[in-house]
Amino acid sequence: MVKEPFERVVVQHGATVLRVCRAVVGPVDADDAWSETFLAALRAYPDLPPDANVEAWLVTIAHRKAIDVVRRAARHAVPVAEVPDRVITPQGRDLDLWAAIAALPTKQRQVVAYHHLGGLPYDDVAALVGGTAAAARRAGSDGVATLRRTYPVIDQEES
Amino acid sequence: MTFAPDIADDELARLHGHLVARAAADDLLDVAYRTLDSPVGTLLLARTPAGLVRVAYGVQDHEAVLTALAQQVSPRVLEAPAQLDDVARELDEYFAGRRTTFDLPLDLQLLRGFRRDVVLHLPDIAYGRTASYAQMAQLAGSPRAVRAVGTACALNPLPVVLPCHRVVRSDGTPGQYAGGAAAKLTLLDLEARVGVAA
Repeated sequence: MVKEPFERVVVQHGATVLRVCRAVVGPVDADDAWSETFLAALRAYPDLPPDANVEAWLVTIAHRKAIDVVRRAARHAVPVAEVPDRVITPQGRDLDLWAAIAALPTKQRQVVAYHHLGGLPYDDVAALVGGTAAAARRAGSDGVATLRRTYPVIDQEES
Repeated sequence: MTFAPDIADDELARLHGHLVARAAADDLLDVAYRTLDSPVGTLLLARTPAGLVRVAYGVQDHEAVLTALAQQVSPRVLEAPAQLDDVARELDEYFAGRRTTFDLPLDLQLLRGFRRDVVLHLPDIAYGRTASYAQMAQLAGSPRAVRAVGTACALNPLPVVLPCHRVVRSDGTPGQYAGGAAAKLTLLDLEARVGVAA
């Protein structure tokens, strides 16, 4: 099995990783998390075994980078009188979805991000978020049940 | 259940651009590439921090060439057109008849041994002139290795820039070419026209 040029990794998995980042850290910080994820992946890529599951590897890196981004944001958070303008460009149609996901409890949000958006098996998700695979599965189905209520369009998007 | 909310292509393109810039700043852009439209079809151009490492014709299958670069040079390969602006500019000038020699840093790491000797002597053939495979064998110091010269030219990693198209058969017919016989004729015609006008 040959190592693909990294460009193909970005093309094949860029959108998935961005969905995961948006779900975990929200649309504003998702760009940072995405960039940090792919930069770290590019750095480590030569040492990745050729038969590795690249998407699972990327989602795992995205989890770590999301934590970093949230920590950094918390460190730099200062009260301001006016909220400065920021360029946020998620599509209008999906704005409600990201808001609905953001409203989930942390663990549910993480499981929805890593399993339902990122395709990571529950065993691997549990290794990232703690607890058992069964608990991750329950958190995921609770999260999806809530999303079905708060964002009904989701069923039409099921693939 | 899985779902996949839309991500716009332009958002991914913007993020890709940031990634390329940061990769370059962190010395992680081992191979940068772009394509260039030319009179001999779409060319793939790839460079390392040391210089231009590969030029490939469409008939050579760009995806296969990129896969080979990932194995032979580094898998840290990204499409990064701005990194090859200088290369694209010189090639555009060449195809427009305004440039007869290239002034670009080259990375010759894909070349070894006799093939390297042959390819490095290609620029000895002046713009608008040709040499036979036998003459090239002599130039490379192995007069009897005529067939090996043919192989070296066919496998030249930097066609156009290192002018293997100027190596022709002893009877004057163009002979084979990595980019196809038609591409070779196009380049020889271009150089003949510009050479006469100069």
